[in-house]
Amino acid sequence: MESLLWIIPVLPFIGFLINGIFGNKVPRSLSGIIASVAVLGGFIVSLLLFISLLGDENLSFTSKYFTWFHVGDLKLDMAFMVDRLTSVMLLVITGVGFLIHVYSIGYMHDDKDYSRFFAYLNLFVFFMLLLVMGSNYVLMFVGWEGVGLCSYLLIGFWFTNNNFNDAAKKAFIMNRIGDLGFLLGMFLIYQTFGSLNFDEVHSNAMTYAYGQPVLTTITLLLFVGAMGKSAQIPLFTWLPDAMAGPTPVSALIHAATMVTAGIYMIVRANVLFTLSVFTPEFIAVIGLLTALLAAFIGLKQNDIKKVLAYSTVSQLGFMFVALGVGAYTTALFHVVTHAFFKGLLFLCAGSVIHAMGGEQDIRKMGGLSAKLPVTHLTFLIGTLAIAGLPPFAGFFSKDEILVKVFASSPWMYGALALASVLTAIYMFRLYFVTFKGQFRGSHHQEEHLHESPPSMTFPLIVLAILSALGGFIGIPEIFHAPNLISEYLAPVTHFSSSYSARAVSHETEIILLVSTLLFLLVAIWFVYNKYVKRQAIPEPDEDIAGFGKTLAGKFYVDEIYTYLIEKPLNAISGLGYKFIETGLIKGVVDGTAQVVGALGLGIRTIQTGKTGTYLFAMVIALIAFMVIKFMI
Amino acid sequence: MILLLLLAFPVLGALILRFAGDQKTAGTIATGVSAVSALASIFLYINFSPQGGFQHEYSLAWIPELGISFHIGIDGLSLAMVLLTNLLTPLILLSSFNNQIKSYKTFYGLILLMQFALTGVFTALDGFLFYVFWELALIPIWFICLLWGGKERVKITLRFFIYTLSGSLLMLLGLIYLVIQMPGDSASFSLQDIYTVQLNPEQQSWLFWAFFLAFAIKIPVFPFHSWQPDTYTDSPVQGTMILSGIMLKMGLYGILRWMLPVIPVGVEEWGSTAAALAVAGIVYASLMAMAQSDFKRLIAYSSIAHVGVIAAAIFTLNIEALQGSVFQMVSHGVNVIGIFLVADILERYTGTRNMNAQGGLVTDSRLFAVTFMIILLGSVALPLTNGFVGEFLMLTGLFKYSASLTMFAGLTVVLGAVYMLRSYQKIMLGDRHIEKSKSITLSTSESVILVLVGLVILVMGVFPEGLLKLTEPAVMDIIKLSQLK
Repeated sequence: MESLLWIIPVLPFIGFLINGIFGNKVPRSLSGIIASVAVLGGFIVSLLLFISLLGDENLSFTSKYFTWFHVGDLKLDMAFMVDRLTSVMLLVITGVGFLIHVYSIGYMHDDKDYSRFFAYLNLFVFFMLLLVMGSNYVLMFVGWEGVGLCSYLLIGFWFTNNNFNDAAKKAFIMNRIGDLGFLLGMFLIYQTFGSLNFDEVHSNAMTYAYGQPVLTTITLLLFVGAMGKSAQIPLFTWLPDAMAGPTPVSALIHAATMVTAGIYMIVRANVLFTLSVFTPEFIAVIGLLTALLAAFIGLKQNDIKKVLAYSTVSQLGFMFVALGVGAYTTALFHVVTHAFFKGLLFLCAGSVIHAMGGEQDIRKMGGLSAKLPVTHLTFLIGTLAIAGLPPFAGFFSKDEILVKVFASSPWMYGALALASVLTAIYMFRLYFVTFKGQFRGSHHQEEHLHESPPSMTFPLIVLAILSALGGFIGIPEIFHAPNLISEYLAPVTHFSSSYSARAVSHETEIILLVSTLLFLLVAIWFVYNKYVKRQAIPEPDEDIAGFGKTLAGKFYVDEIYTYLIEKPLNAISGLGYKFIETGLIKGVVDGTAQVVGALGLGIRTIQTGKTGTYLFAMVIALIAFMVIKFMI
Repeated sequence: MILLLLLAFPVLGALILRFAGDQKTAGTIATGVSAVSALASIFLYINFSPQGGFQHEYSLAWIPELGISFHIGIDGLSLAMVLLTNLLTPLILLSSFNNQIKSYKTFYGLILLMQFALTGVFTALDGFLFYVFWELALIPIWFICLLWGGKERVKITLRFFIYTLSGSLLMLLGLIYLVIQMPGDSASFSLQDIYTVQLNPEQQSWLFWAFFLAFAIKIPVFPFHSWQPDTYTDSPVQGTMILSGIMLKMGLYGILRWMLPVIPVGVEEWGSTAAALAVAGIVYASLMAMAQSDFKRLIAYSSIAHVGVIAAAIFTLNIEALQGSVFQMVSHGVNVIGIFLVADILERYTGTRNMNAQGGLVTDSRLFAVTFMIILLGSVALPLTNGFVGEFLMLTGLFKYSASLTMFAGLTVVLGAVYMLRSYQKIMLGDRHIEKSKSITLSTSESVILVLVGLVILVMGVFPEGLLKLTEPAVMDIIKLSQLK
């Protein structure tokens, strides 16, 4: 199996080269097919790997290709490692990735830059695969920054629009702030363990006692990296802006795969995190705050993609809470189900936007269920899944998170349950306002309403099935069925599970489960009444008042950053250039030169060439000399 | 002997140029001659076995009374710099093919003389010879900037000349002082003898500042940089390429070869101050770069930030940082040539260096857009580019030395992205402010250079071992020598 590893990332890389080098000379239809097949090939190999890892639980495949660089103790190889954790990520990346590639064939059909689009998309998959397959932290970082680059390129795909370019730049820079944390974390890992290879670092770390301060520092720095990539407070504001990119990009990069890299990183380094004091609690609190904040903002957004974007931020917060309480496999379970239903929801949104001729404001939609039957049904399934209603996928993973959190801290459970109720509210609001009621768009739009072509609906249907049934890979213990994903991933977190073995009784679990469900149903009933029975339409921007205005304004975080960081930084650089650079530093240097020059001018006047002057000077000097001598 | 040939070729070439008829012939001859040197240096690289000590040594008594000899030779470090010099010079010459150059014979001749002097600096194993080459290198570049520069050239080049010259004088004083301190009557400028001079800490401290100022001005390290942005901006692009791509490495090379092993106690005492200055310069220059609207001047400041990382890393004296520094000296040389060519092309087609007046140029030439992006990514040290390997190693080493300095030095990762992406957006994306008729079309020579630079950035990023293994023994020697006394 080792010999197959390279195929997975190399295929999309070849796809990238073909579409990148030949550009629009590649026939339009072939361009997307090449890109999709490249990812499908990776999926097939990933599936083989997944199956062969089923047997022996300590099995992992490694393959070294060449020495990247060896300096001092730092020995970094271009080497891949696939264990069960990687194999799950591989399936998600290539599986969901393939579907989104297929979808893009239809979605980007009329775009003149389709080959560039598929080139970027394949390049993204390549880097994402590198991220999860690398056998050391630095290779993970290669993928990490590589996906950031592709995200930048794809957000700014329509480069004539400077708002999009700004969003792309913002994403890259905010990620870079996180990446600096990741880098410093790696430096400290290297200094502490003398290596950056996963196996060496982690096996070495296992010999450390719980609570060494250096581990806390390392994990906090790594988490800063995760905050950037996975859009957590305070580095989350780039993700909603990233919706400027084409919708398949939002589905693939900003929902299903890249933004979950932070979760992957922490699960990969779970040994370090488990042994740290403070960091896990910190992660849980950040995740919780993010989950709540983003869910609140989601209540008042009217751009279909913005709602989903804030929902993604919020759901990522759920995953971090799970990580914080040591439920690593649960977090990964939610990564998987989230990839299904959020990928699905974004693709549905794309289908809606496609049908509406580019419109994204849900206030101008309504009643789309009749004209877009497939999109409507699949969107409904996605909504049910993300809201966490049984038996849809989100129910299982979210329930598992809630139960694990309750075992750790009941008050956090309360707050997170609130976030999940909010999720149901904003998602059903989105669903009802978009698909139910009367059509509110222009006459022109109404005439052109159409269901998307099969290349777009096929991925919707597959993802809808996965969103509906995908949860059964992780059935709660109370139902006495095997929790497949948790068992499959158990070896990855084997070390950590001995540390966090808190569990709740079955009775408590059932109570929690039922009460959350009741709350959800009440919330949905409330939303149904408002938007379907009473046919309410979200108010226009100028009518929003009070707390709603704060929510619609996204708590003004962007504005705060602008006035607290961006403007001062630009002012410092501008003023510094004016006063310190051109004023002080240049002034001192040129001043020195002028003083020397002036001295020269002054001294030159002494050289008069008249003997009398020289004699006079000589006599004065002699007298002065003697006087000094005499006085001493 | 091959080193002698390497030194002789450019001088011969400069002489032959007198007989060239037109600019095209002169350019072709010059490029051809420097390309021969490039091949010779590649030949050297292939036949070089990385190990401690010097190879290809050649020595001839010059002024025996003062212990001065014409002594040259190379180790891995020297070879890396020789390669950089001799591989970049043909590219720099090639980049001039699209510019109308008055007095082209002199122009090309001076560039070839630069190649000669720079090769000399990197191969000299005698202190006096080193100084001679060092000053020799200043003269042709001064003429290049003075005669082919922009409007303010006279004032700017004067500042540049006097500033760097006064630094060099300090170095000369330092060298003489070292030789005087030798035991008995035996005066010798030989590198090996200078390495054995025993000095007390106070003497070393004084010498530290004499040498450091000389090298710091050349590099330049903050706050001794005020000659640099004007000179880079106002010089003809080939002059800027030589200055930034190769010449500033003289200062870094000087620290490695003529400072660290000679006055280790002084370095121990003051190295952290120097590193702190360099790190302050990283943040400072990045902020200054953000304030620029002139793209060429922005690159000038970003160059100060980039070499600031190298200068800081050099003083940590650990293997990761030093290997990273040498690697980055080469990387920076390649990348900066690419980016200045980009700036030159932009200025020629748009008639302005003001980024706010450009925009929307990305559709003009696909090759230009892609190579510009790759060079930019190398500059912001994205993984799989050469910039990443260098910066990662340097920061790893710097972190061992001082975690707090590394936090500030690491800001280059963020700030670099801020000003580089901002300029790409202003120049290449968004609305077009330039008429469509002035769209960028690359000439063959420009395409060749940009493609080569882009390839080198990626190849060095993926396969850095070729260079790292070359310099490792030499760097180990320097570390060992710096710890002996």
